[in-house]
Amino acid sequence: MNNKTDLIEYLLRLGDSALIQGQRLCQWCGKAPALEEELALMNVGLDLVGQARNWLEYAAELLDDGRDADHLAFRRDERAYRNLLLVEQPNGDYAVTILKQFLYDAWHLQVLTGLTQSSDERVAGIAAKAVKEVTYHLRRSSEWVERLGDGTEESHKRMLAAIPEVWRFTVELLAADDSEQRLCAAGITPDIATVGAAWQAKVEAIFASATLPVPAAASYFYLNARKGLHTEHLGILLAEMQFLPRAYPDATW
Amino acid sequence: MYAQLVETGVKRIKELSEMSEQERAFQEKIDSEIKIEAKNWMPDAYRQTLIRQISQHAHSEIVGMLPEGNWVTRAPSLKRKLQLMAKIQDEAGHGLYLYSAMETLGADRDTEIDKLHTGKAKYSSIFNYPTLNWADMGAVGWLVDGAAIVNQVVLQRTSYGPYSRAMIRICKEESFHQRQGYEILLTMMRHGTQAQKDMVQDAINRLWWPSLMMFGPSDEHSPNSAQSMAWKIKRQSNDELRQRFIDQTIPQLELLGCTCPDPDLKWNAERGHYDFGEIQWDEFYEVLKGNGPCNTERVATRRKAIEDGAWVREAAVAHARKKQNKNAA
Repeated sequence: MNNKTDLIEYLLRLGDSALIQGQRLCQWCGKAPALEEELALMNVGLDLVGQARNWLEYAAELLDDGRDADHLAFRRDERAYRNLLLVEQPNGDYAVTILKQFLYDAWHLQVLTGLTQSSDERVAGIAAKAVKEVTYHLRRSSEWVERLGDGTEESHKRMLAAIPEVWRFTVELLAADDSEQRLCAAGITPDIATVGAAWQAKVEAIFASATLPVPAAASYFYLNARKGLHTEHLGILLAEMQFLPRAYPDATW
Repeated sequence: MYAQLVETGVKRIKELSEMSEQERAFQEKIDSEIKIEAKNWMPDAYRQTLIRQISQHAHSEIVGMLPEGNWVTRAPSLKRKLQLMAKIQDEAGHGLYLYSAMETLGADRDTEIDKLHTGKAKYSSIFNYPTLNWADMGAVGWLVDGAAIVNQVVLQRTSYGPYSRAMIRICKEESFHQRQGYEILLTMMRHGTQAQKDMVQDAINRLWWPSLMMFGPSDEHSPNSAQSMAWKIKRQSNDELRQRFIDQTIPQLELLGCTCPDPDLKWNAERGHYDFGEIQWDEFYEVLKGNGPCNTERVATRRKAIEDGAWVREAAVAHARKKQNKNAA
């Protein structure tokens, strides 16, 4: 397949983003604002780590270099990780967590919906399963953006403070690099301009009902997760997540 | 057991002849195995005992998420991470079932949770022990959930209907967790390196005795048990359940190829049970009093979660009210 290298790269982007978002949700365990949220956060995280496993397994098969999904997850350094910068950001308060989740979910659902039409059957199959889960994630995070945005004065203020913390990382959601453009031309991935427009529309609609202002489009800045140029948060996150397989490389878990 | 020391406040069990007509009707219902339901008359002490027991049980599910949450970010493979996340999610769900069952008795969830945060309500002593290596995730599943199941299987027949039904649902998921926990250990023992085998034995050494303590004080020191048994809230004594747990767990321990940190443990052919050494009851009572290794951290984490989340819950309430007003207009 001509697009093999591009596809591997793309699978890592999808898988790594789901995994890192799942890892961030794990950090909430036992600390959520309500019992129902404990359940929901772990539920969403479980879906995402499951999806990550599916994408990484496919990537490992295509790589065919002896590494499996666990190896990809637990032995790659931050410079080899391809997750969105958005999802590696710290959880912050619940406003930051919810906003990150919403911005990711709104993008994720569009991408997955497009991928269900992929000319690559395996990709279409994984996306078809994931799309059901992410529909739920987006419904939940949208509702929380509305609750917090249009809740109390305090919650509104916190949402306003959360926006500049995470908005600048949305630039990655809206632009395709050459590799993605080739995949799109081959009918493997959806057109990112279409995804971006739908994402923008969803964000505007939910922000409007949440009485939150939509900032101007985020602009390019030096970091680029597609090239493994991450914020300083990822290295620490990986150090925690990868500790056991790194410390005991011969172990079977 | 997830509720290991529940005061009934009753000093002496009444004979049927000493009871009022209402009390006697209640006791006769219990004696003929008819479940008590939320709207039925019940003695106040029965109600209060159940509130204490079910809330203790619910608190244990919630605090019990913390020792596992300690490792969920460090689980060594995608499969193990997914299993642990699913388990933690189940535990939050069990907490919800149990708080609901407790609320059928007229208790308020927030009030009872507040008692947990101010140290007035107990939770299972086991969750005051730290999880120090990955094998603890296996040992907690196998031993701690195992001990909980021995107890909860019996509680499926407890006299209060809503509690009994919660136990039936919870037991199904707990059994799954226990098998998963055992499989974690079995994998490490059969396919692991020496370092991994050492982790397993270390986890068992640290968690064995605390797991036995989950069944509560020995029968001679459980003055409250008699009334709980008469009301059929409890169906079997602490020592009976502890013995059953040991008898069924030792063969599993042997299959792992591990040892038990009890030099006095040995099969007694005459009794048809394992004899075992004396539990450190001083340690048990200290942990229950709040002086265990992690009591301070566990309660502080839960209290902080609820305090930090206050603005989130307030926002949800305010938003719901706004929406309601909009719909009404």
